[in-house]
Amino acid sequence: MELTRRVFLKSSGIALLGFSALPGFLTRAVAASQPTGSRRKILVVLFQRGALDGLNAVVPYGETNYYRLRPTIAIPRPQRGNRETALDLDGFFGLHPALEPLVPLFSNRELAIVHAVGSPAYTRSHFDAQDYMESGTPGQKSTVDGWLNRHLQASDAERSEQQGNSPFRAVALSPALPRTLAGAAPAVALADVRQFQVLAPQTVVGGFETMYAQAVDQALRGVGQEMFEAMDLLRRNNPARYQPENGAEYPRSRFGQSLLQVAQLIKADIGLECAFLDSGGWDHHVNEGGVQGPLANLLRDLAQGLAAFHRDLGERMDDVVLVTMSEFGRTVHENGNRGTDHGTATCFLVLGGTVRGGKVYGPWPGLDRGQLFEGRDLALTTDFRVVLSELIARHLGNTRLDVVFPGFPADPKSFLGLLRG
Amino acid sequence: MRTRNSVAGRRPFISERLLAAGLLLCGLGLLTLVVPCLRAQQPAAKAPAWAGRLPITELTEEEAILHALNRLGYGPRPGEVERIRAQGLETWIHAQLHPEQIHDAAVARRLERYPTLTMSSGQLLEEFPNPARAARRMGISVEEYRRRMQERRSGSGEASRLTLAQDPTRYTEIRLPGRITAELAMAKLTRAIYSERQLAEVLADFWFNHFNVFAGKGADRWLITSYERDAIRPHVLGKFRDLLGATAEHPAMLFYLDNWLSVDPKASERLEQELARRRELFRQRFGDAPRRSPRGEPFDPFFVVQRQGRMANDPRQLDRQPPAVPGNLPAGQQRARRGLNENYARELLELHTLGVDGGYTQQDILEVARAFTGWTLRALSSDPEFYFDARLHDPGEKVVLGQKIRHGGKKDGEAVLDLLVRHPSTARFIATKLARRFVADHPPDSLVARMAETFQKTDGEIRAVVQTMVYSPEFWSRQAYRAKIKKPFELVASAVRALGAEVEVPLLLVSWVERIGEPLYQCQPPTGYSDRAEAWVNTGALLNRLNFAIALAANRLRGVRVDLSGLLARTDPRDPRAVLDRAVEQFLAGQIAPETRATLERQLEDPQVRQAVLDDPLREINTSLVVGLVLGAPEFQRR
Repeated sequence: MELTRRVFLKSSGIALLGFSALPGFLTRAVAASQPTGSRRKILVVLFQRGALDGLNAVVPYGETNYYRLRPTIAIPRPQRGNRETALDLDGFFGLHPALEPLVPLFSNRELAIVHAVGSPAYTRSHFDAQDYMESGTPGQKSTVDGWLNRHLQASDAERSEQQGNSPFRAVALSPALPRTLAGAAPAVALADVRQFQVLAPQTVVGGFETMYAQAVDQALRGVGQEMFEAMDLLRRNNPARYQPENGAEYPRSRFGQSLLQVAQLIKADIGLECAFLDSGGWDHHVNEGGVQGPLANLLRDLAQGLAAFHRDLGERMDDVVLVTMSEFGRTVHENGNRGTDHGTATCFLVLGGTVRGGKVYGPWPGLDRGQLFEGRDLALTTDFRVVLSELIARHLGNTRLDVVFPGFPADPKSFLGLLRG
Repeated sequence: MRTRNSVAGRRPFISERLLAAGLLLCGLGLLTLVVPCLRAQQPAAKAPAWAGRLPITELTEEEAILHALNRLGYGPRPGEVERIRAQGLETWIHAQLHPEQIHDAAVARRLERYPTLTMSSGQLLEEFPNPARAARRMGISVEEYRRRMQERRSGSGEASRLTLAQDPTRYTEIRLPGRITAELAMAKLTRAIYSERQLAEVLADFWFNHFNVFAGKGADRWLITSYERDAIRPHVLGKFRDLLGATAEHPAMLFYLDNWLSVDPKASERLEQELARRRELFRQRFGDAPRRSPRGEPFDPFFVVQRQGRMANDPRQLDRQPPAVPGNLPAGQQRARRGLNENYARELLELHTLGVDGGYTQQDILEVARAFTGWTLRALSSDPEFYFDARLHDPGEKVVLGQKIRHGGKKDGEAVLDLLVRHPSTARFIATKLARRFVADHPPDSLVARMAETFQKTDGEIRAVVQTMVYSPEFWSRQAYRAKIKKPFELVASAVRALGAEVEVPLLLVSWVERIGEPLYQCQPPTGYSDRAEAWVNTGALLNRLNFAIALAANRLRGVRVDLSGLLARTDPRDPRAVLDRAVEQFLAGQIAPETRATLERQLEDPQVRQAVLDDPLREINTSLVVGLVLGAPEFQRR
């Protein structure tokens, strides 16, 4: 009699007995679905496509040049009680007022900011800059896989077979797999976890499953198995009925709902280790706005989402680090259309229970004319790979940084000290 | 091995013969004369009589016909294999290579549904204006404009609750620019499904993808209709040089890869000198009275370019914004000075002609970019068209791939294109890409070499290159048979064709192509979509392939009518095995792994597949589930 995995997983007692005689992917799925003593560490990567204006998100209000070069879109210096001004962080930097929900996270030291960070490829093309940042190899167009996938590959090599991998180990909340997660290690792309199912009678689904398990085409067979494993795991967690905890309220935006689904996958304990999501619309060449406006709206969405995620996960934030990134920053001076053009460095946010937060990291290059990159951009002082290397090594425990960022000397001494312990 | 050797030995002979054939065909156009005469030349090969001159030794006749339909077209329709068998495979292929000779009125009638297809870019801008501009003209906010457009579409009351998914025919009420891309995508599916000129359709997809333009980039949404119609389609089987030239001059490409903004950095200096000279002349003649343009602005083509840029519908989407001059002029007074933009030059070499390893340097890119300065466009927001602006052109000598170019003016760019088309790397790159699309993800070197040779010998005759491919044994090898994973577009088109479905409005099919991973006209990078399996096989996409198969077979897609009973006629709906056999025969040409068949047969026993009709002991089978399973089977994912 053929034992389908669904039956098999439901009765995990049998599962443990028959462990060795079963195909690898079954044991992996079971191993991954077992509650383990030490919970997995999880990295969530948020890519802000279009180039975030780091200078209006985390405002260097201590710079007079900031106000001189941005006559109409600058965020005013902090004024107590005035909601239309920057929210002071440390006497020099302040948050955009739309990021107000992040203030408590910064105060209780779970949110760190890295400023003047970016990619040393120095291209001002969205295509190229995103490509370089996602591949993790600035200047190298021929790299085939993404840095996060190479992390999966590298840590795979060090794992024992028994530890196993869940089909949900790496998930992108998008219709197609992003460059960051592309590569040899399995990763799932899904636009919506609630729709991750075959809409047919259960027996037909079973028929598909068997056909793909026997498919002659190796690629189809492998992907078919991954897909049905993923569906099984997800179904048992009933994604449609998810309720955020602790009164967390996610924004209704695509970004907010994607973040909610990441939280859901984390809490389902189905082996999530890396999650990727992206948000668009950060490319403000025209009418960027200051305290109010299109950028402010996007920042509000971002802050509300992150705050809800933090609240929803509660104690689980100890296992989670979320990092935001964007392909480059924007010109320091505003342009003739009350917007900003493509620049160089920007700021990343790092959020998590083990983050040494409450601080703006990275050497500040200054905004004097001579300090600007090519006379126009916030200069880059921290390579984005330094930030990611630290998270991969210290949070995910993968020491093969030479594989993740080939050709980049990720010396732990260069780490910023973003994580505690 | 033996086959390959014999092929290599025959190579010159084949090419000569092809050339002769090409000349004959073009000159006489008399198929009936040519085919027998070619056949007479055929050496005593293993190829069976039905194959004619086609070097088919490893496939049966039915397999060869299916292979041709799957590779040179979007898969078989009911009865098509028999039709081609009667006609002769080689005759069918000959006709495909000369689509202008194929009567295709039925599809033309279906395309009449889509009025945007025949409109100029200017008309499209007029009919489907950018919401921001339209709102400004009406003196209302963009939100208000969108709301009014929405209202006009959905009417009021009961009807407003209908969505396009429920009633796709209502797309005609859309007055927003999204209508243009939607119609283009629906037309593309309509042609793939119904056109008799199947090879031309596959090539239209191939060349658009090769010279990809992203509909979502700013003004391009109003430009791609003309781009596909005027730059791509006329040349799909023509001269590569004509195709390349047409794309280089089309506003869609000039805008997408930013060449319209590329300006000789020294042009501003020249211009200022010229202005100073004129001012001096003016002063000498008329004294010091200030002279202004009617708009009160000093004349300056750079300023003009910038204003056009601002009008370019959505400058936020302007990718690769050329660096502006740093400075701290007050807002509004700062004038961006455009400089050289290498974007088009780089992709022209890397993606359109030589290929990434084609042997060019960064300096070549720079020189090519210089040659194309002044290739710009005008009236971007009203009636966009290409024009060459000599004032923005770098007149100096350029050295591209070691060759000097010093015509000056528009001819510089033309000379670069001529040079690139004749370069052996281009022949090899185009041959490789064609072979990858039509034959295998990793096509045999022998085949690519032969196709590249034809490309060079014919000075880039696409028809001759495709003909060389089809008349190569590698095309018909067992190894190549059913070896390609269908792209999402190919899957959807082939499934609809297999079912002989009647498509009234393919809007939902368009959205399925997108969900399976290939949003039409929405490929952002200039690389276009991949022609390799790994790009298309992932969990999310596979899930949607299965869901599409189920939904289509169950007749759940509005605007698409599937009649399974007609299709499975002559089978007893109460005999599950007969239904399955017929479905497997019909959709997979009977070619199915024994394991897949066993699985399908087990499904037949299931009560949900056997419809429960309480008072009828002989229950009918749920044919749509069986057909859905067959269309979702691994076998149907390949072509």
